[in-house]
Amino acid sequence: MALPQAKIDATDARLAGLDLPTAGWSADIRADALTRVRAMGLPGRRDEYWKYTNPETLINADAPNAAVFDAQESPMFDGVDRIKIVFVDGVFDAQRSDDLSGENLSIERLADVADLDLHWAKDAYGVLEAKGQDPVQRPLATLNTAFANDGLLIHVTGQVDKPVNLIYEHKDASSDAMLHHVVKLDAGASLTLLENGPAAARFNKVLEAFVAPNATFNHIRTQGRDHERRAVTHIFAEIGAESVFKTFTLTANGVLTRNECIVWLQGDEGVAHIAGACVGDGDFHHDDTVFVTHDAVNCESRQVFKKVLRNGATGVFQGKILVKPDAQKTDGYQISQSLLLDDDSQFLAKPELEIYADDVACSHGSTSGAIDEEALYYLRSRGVPVGEATDLLTLAFLGEAVDEIEDRDLADMVVERLQGWLIRHRR
Amino acid sequence: MLEIKNLHVKLEEEDKQILKGVDLTVEAGKVHAIMGPNGSGKSTLSYVLSGKDGYEVTDGSASLEGEDILDMEPEERAAAGLFLAFQYPVEIPGVGNMTFLRTAVNSQRKARGEEELSAADFLKIIRERAKTLKIDADMLKRPVNVGFSGGEKKRNEILQMAMLEPKMCILDETDSGLDVDAMKLVSEGVNALRSEGRAFLVITHYQRLLDHIKPDVVHIMANGRIVKTGGPELALEVEQNGYADILAEAV
Repeated sequence: MALPQAKIDATDARLAGLDLPTAGWSADIRADALTRVRAMGLPGRRDEYWKYTNPETLINADAPNAAVFDAQESPMFDGVDRIKIVFVDGVFDAQRSDDLSGENLSIERLADVADLDLHWAKDAYGVLEAKGQDPVQRPLATLNTAFANDGLLIHVTGQVDKPVNLIYEHKDASSDAMLHHVVKLDAGASLTLLENGPAAARFNKVLEAFVAPNATFNHIRTQGRDHERRAVTHIFAEIGAESVFKTFTLTANGVLTRNECIVWLQGDEGVAHIAGACVGDGDFHHDDTVFVTHDAVNCESRQVFKKVLRNGATGVFQGKILVKPDAQKTDGYQISQSLLLDDDSQFLAKPELEIYADDVACSHGSTSGAIDEEALYYLRSRGVPVGEATDLLTLAFLGEAVDEIEDRDLADMVVERLQGWLIRHRR
Repeated sequence: MLEIKNLHVKLEEEDKQILKGVDLTVEAGKVHAIMGPNGSGKSTLSYVLSGKDGYEVTDGSASLEGEDILDMEPEERAAAGLFLAFQYPVEIPGVGNMTFLRTAVNSQRKARGEEELSAADFLKIIRERAKTLKIDADMLKRPVNVGFSGGEKKRNEILQMAMLEPKMCILDETDSGLDVDAMKLVSEGVNALRSEGRAFLVITHYQRLLDHIKPDVVHIMANGRIVKTGGPELALEVEQNGYADILAEAV
């Protein structure tokens, strides 16, 4: 089907300002991605998948500026024993990063190996992104595959004790960055990946994760400290037999954030947990779009998303569980809930189940509600001031999502962040 | 301690007068009981005193140790020393019982300009007080009242009372939903808190609670007013003859 002219024009306008890297092992992959972007066109308001989120500022030729935010708090994950890797406005900062090596771990910078003719990433880079275009198109991820010239290629061959922490910093009000990371976990390997900090005025990030059998991949990220953020991120994860993938995202404010997470449970008895806690106070927009495919028997998936919205904030959740015909004994769970702290905020949810196997247990629920007045009165009658009581109930609401973080110390850090945010945004 | 004068209260949302001139004085160190038929306004009185939304005071006053409480927020009334043990304790998923209690205790201390209790001190005190009420560590860790049995919820109310050490305790049908053993346990908890500086207002339908918590004064409430006041024998009279005679007499 021919694309509408407006879409072709918008796509051409965006592509005109970008240079396609043409050297090394990734050249063909990038050329193919560019062809796919042209065929699909970049997303527009009329696309069903973008019904609740306006992609205009994500695809404009020029990124809108975003003021650098002066946060008073210390950066997230400070104090954690970790391997730190710093990106400033989407560019790797070698001086401030730790040594890119560790036991059972190889980390390379995409830009550093771009000119090589051969690299293991040749069979990985863009593979899951391309696979993730069916049944729903995700052209912004394809754009990223074509043009991202920085990012990390992480190969994990065994257990890695220290988390790898990608720290993003935003210093240039007009930065427009794309990063593409590939994480490959061999059989039995394990890694915790942390991400935090504002990345750029406009940010497009793809993370492709190949999780081999019996491997464990924990991913925790925080998005915040940049109120004028415009970000689109994609996680593509393929989970092998008896492997575990858990991802949690904390999102605070930001003009526009769309986080897509696409997961395939490809081997028997795999586990995938995808969770998010969002807090928005103001003219902010958070979109979590999740697509989980069960393609093996006895797998478990959980989607747990909680959003606290006030003062004009909008939350979006599009979540799908697709159970293929042979994926018997699937255990699928999905919940998306919003706590609306006033009448000016809104939550738009589209939960979907599509099941082709007959012996499965899948459930989904979605709710929007206000603070429980009875509980609030109960707390106040015990002497807890109304602001603190509201925070306590709000944190309790977010708790189910935060509980998805396995490491209790990291979970406590997230709770602390949320507490700080709630106190700063108290009425 | 507690002085209620000519208190008139109506529901905010409908033009329905519930309390029609309640006069009641509870002295420090005393236990007063309020009995009365359903719909007489007993629970409304306890809600209005603790500051629940949805009620409008149209006339009269209520003061705690001489201080007008009706203009205070619920948390201010609590910090001033008022405590209501709920007839139906509220379940709060996601908030641990221990966190809740510690937040409450320290909020009150803060409001009164006292130093907050350290985690260690708090733990020591709560363990000791929970033990007397047969509340185990698991119940302290669970979310507030979630999955608690009726008896556990009421014991939890008394534990809160023991931890917050209020001056004026209002017990709204604390005996409802309790079996004989649980009632005994709860009553013992209440009796242990009786002291010269503390007063109780016990709202109940049944004399049997008053066998365990012996009142100094018994009031009968009907149609939004206190219609009769007497000693403990008044409760026995109600138990034997019902309210009909007393109400007829009051009219």
